[in-house]
Amino acid sequence: MTTRTLPRVRGGIGTSVGRPDGEPKVTGNFAFASDLSSPGMLWGATLRSPHAHATLTELDIGPALAMVGVHAVLTQDDVVGSPMFGQVEQDQPVLCDGTARYWGEPVAVVAADDEETARRAAAAIVAVWEPLDPLDDPERAAEIGSTFREMRIRRGDETAEGSVVVEGFYETATQDQAPLGPEAGFAIPDGEGGLDLYITSQWVHVDHRQIIACLDLEPDQVRCHPAGIGGAFGSREDISLHIHVAMLALATGRSVKMVYDRSESFVGHVKRHPSRMWYRHEADEDGNLVKVTARLILDGGAYAHTSPAVIANAAFFSVGPYRCDNVVIDAVVVRTNNPPAGAMRGFGVVQACFASESQMDSLAEAIGLAPLELRRRNALAPGDPFATSGQVIQGSLPTVAVIDALESIPIPDPIPSDDPRLAPGGTGLTTPRSAVVRGVGYAVGLKNLAFSEGFDDFAEARVVMTPAGIEIHTAAIEVGQGLVTVCQQIARTVLGVDRVAVVWKDTSQIGSAGSTSASRQTQMTGGAVHDAAVGLRDQILSLHGGDELRDDGVYKQGELVATVNEICSDGPVECHVRFRHPKTYPPDADGQGEIHAGFVVAAHRAVVDVDPELGLVRVVRVDTAQDVGRALNPQAIVGQLEGGIMQGMGFAVMEELVIDGGVIRNPTFTDYLIPTFLDAPDVEVRIIEEGDHWGPFGAKGIAESPTISSTPAIVAAIRAATGRSLTRVPVLPTDIVGV
Amino acid sequence: MTVPIVITVNGERRSVDVAGSESLLHTLRNDLGLPGTKDACEQGECGSCTVIFDGAAVCSCLVMAADADGATVTTVEGIGEGAQLHPLQEVMLAEGAVQCGFCTPGFIVTGVHLLETNSHPTEPEIREALSGNICRCTGYGAILRAFTALTSEGA
Ligand code: FES
Ligand code: FES
Repeated sequence: MTTRTLPRVRGGIGTSVGRPDGEPKVTGNFAFASDLSSPGMLWGATLRSPHAHATLTELDIGPALAMVGVHAVLTQDDVVGSPMFGQVEQDQPVLCDGTARYWGEPVAVVAADDEETARRAAAAIVAVWEPLDPLDDPERAAEIGSTFREMRIRRGDETAEGSVVVEGFYETATQDQAPLGPEAGFAIPDGEGGLDLYITSQWVHVDHRQIIACLDLEPDQVRCHPAGIGGAFGSREDISLHIHVAMLALATGRSVKMVYDRSESFVGHVKRHPSRMWYRHEADEDGNLVKVTARLILDGGAYAHTSPAVIANAAFFSVGPYRCDNVVIDAVVVRTNNPPAGAMRGFGVVQACFASESQMDSLAEAIGLAPLELRRRNALAPGDPFATSGQVIQGSLPTVAVIDALESIPIPDPIPSDDPRLAPGGTGLTTPRSAVVRGVGYAVGLKNLAFSEGFDDFAEARVVMTPAGIEIHTAAIEVGQGLVTVCQQIARTVLGVDRVAVVWKDTSQIGSAGSTSASRQTQMTGGAVHDAAVGLRDQILSLHGGDELRDDGVYKQGELVATVNEICSDGPVECHVRFRHPKTYPPDADGQGEIHAGFVVAAHRAVVDVDPELGLVRVVRVDTAQDVGRALNPQAIVGQLEGGIMQGMGFAVMEELVIDGGVIRNPTFTDYLIPTFLDAPDVEVRIIEEGDHWGPFGAKGIAESPTISSTPAIVAAIRAATGRSLTRVPVLPTDIVGV
Repeated sequence: MTVPIVITVNGERRSVDVAGSESLLHTLRNDLGLPGTKDACEQGECGSCTVIFDGAAVCSCLVMAADADGATVTTVEGIGEGAQLHPLQEVMLAEGAVQCGFCTPGFIVTGVHLLETNSHPTEPEIREALSGNICRCTGYGAILRAFTALTSEGA
């Protein structure tokens, strides 16, 4: 008797199998985009606006062109196709169109024999500016209607009232993704008017669409290739140097390389939106939420990028993972002369979660409930209407389970260590042990999975049997998260075959995999690989009359009936799939409808030691319970959770891009502080497995959750230690000391 | 203006002309064909560019190439015996300490130097020694587990 159970293959789902790109990464042989080169290539460099808002009255490229070793100097006049680009709205000129709208806006680009000459040539361009007043106050921008999108959500009875009311005003600063790998591009002209482009990207197909429009080329003339990426976290979801490096290669007929240095990287990519949020929570005496009212302003900076989607996320997730029948939300993302904002891990939900979880703590205190007890009472579950959009929660949503699992993690010894290295501020500062107070705080966060609001969200993948093994063809971007491993695991498990390799394809070779963002690739490209593997398996088994596939061929009742070479006698056999998640719809005028395809929930508990006199904080530990649907690779999950928590911790206590009159004051690793090994808290993880209604084997995307509720949990812990209200992140020493 | 220098890189004597303003990092990556050493800040803040320079772990972005004349340098490409990975490379892979991998060469070189100077570092010593290397992906947990696994085996 034969049953098709999951094959006993090595390295399938549920195992912590290693990355196929691991060995080249530990030996230095992995080619990142910034490592690419070819003999005789040119280097590109960019001249940027020194003003947040100014009119360009004169631009003289002559001095740069006259320099020895300079091959091209290009300006907006050299853009032959669409002068504007943008993922959602085409509102940004490729190069300055006569007005600079943010500090660091690209004005001209140069190609030269070497990096140094290119930079000096960019500096030699004469640009004369007439500075204008920058619009840098987001509330002023909202007043005058300088907005990208306004969201209005009305659900239930606007006049409903609760007997317990808490109000708060919250702010979050600008956070930078600060991926370690810089923006980089390498463009190789094909001699026929087209080119191959190797770029740091999160979504080559959406880049491709914008690039060909600006270059006025046919789709097959530009081939965008996924290149090795040193982290992304949202920073590469929008175009940076892509069009510039392509223009330089076409203008010179030579290969051109462009790499941003760290300071340029800080201005060269979009950041997390800074926000201001006003909230009122109303509940009954037992702590049941009656109504949530909120107004949110996010500053989108000078150009739209993904701001319209970010504000929708902030608005729809403004109540968190709780039931509430009456909701009044107004949210707006404004256009200013501040640095452009866009995608960063958590995508609008981070800001709203900080405010709403702070509110939940205030409410718990007002009612006299433990913080987690209040959350448990209101916990959103499958079958409930979502507080904002009203859609009924489908699939799994183990809100209570993550809260219970978090509580079951033992709390550490309350005595702070004597080791001065473990004191707030470390050995260099002078916190005596007696001054240290400990605090514990909690938060729970909810995130949507994949793209929402009716977006036609799909991922293509091809699974191919060749005599050498299985190949997975995809243009999905591996940023370090481990998609490459998960795709292999899924294909191995479905096919029962061990030898599986992922082969990256360019935009001319396969359709879009969609963006590596929104926690979506495990489910979307993973889903496409799953379905393509199933299709390939069924096709081969039925053709050869077998009941099982193994590395060497098709088997029937344990007997080999067709070898791999026989199966591939007419060439490789393949199955190509375009995978879509359950359909979503745009919101109606009240923000109601089936807006989201799925949900993921997580809870965090932070333990901090604080020196209240010096305002120093050490985050001792951050524990988490995470809904994963199904764990495809437990080690990779832990890696995402630990890494995400560290970014959430950075945002809680140290990471702030200081922006003053539109100018970034700290665009270096010296002044923009990122958590180091000495700052890293211990993390304990509980994984909750309740399979979801779509996605391979019920798996969910999990990469954003750890960055969402870790920040409010840490701030809650600092509040518990200090008694301060702490309504802004990052929490600075002055906020704790109270000066 | 260029300066001729001779340096021993990964056991091989190399002669190269370097610009007066050029960093050793630049020379390794762009002139000597060794892109394994990474450039993420050029300010001595991230450790991605770490090499072993005359026995010390240094940020190669802070060393003038012209000052490296006569020096002995080990980069990530020189770690391990031929195709055989160094035990630290093995354990970093086994513990899932590599995500995007941009920081990894720096951690490998700093870590190998740490283990050469202190074969059984304690956890605070590991954290201290690696505190000049930024990793934006892993949160350091898996890297710590890798070092702990290696140093507690009583090698
Ligand atoms: S590149 Fe040298 S320390 Fe960052
Ligand atoms: S693995 Fe990406 S920076 Fe460390």
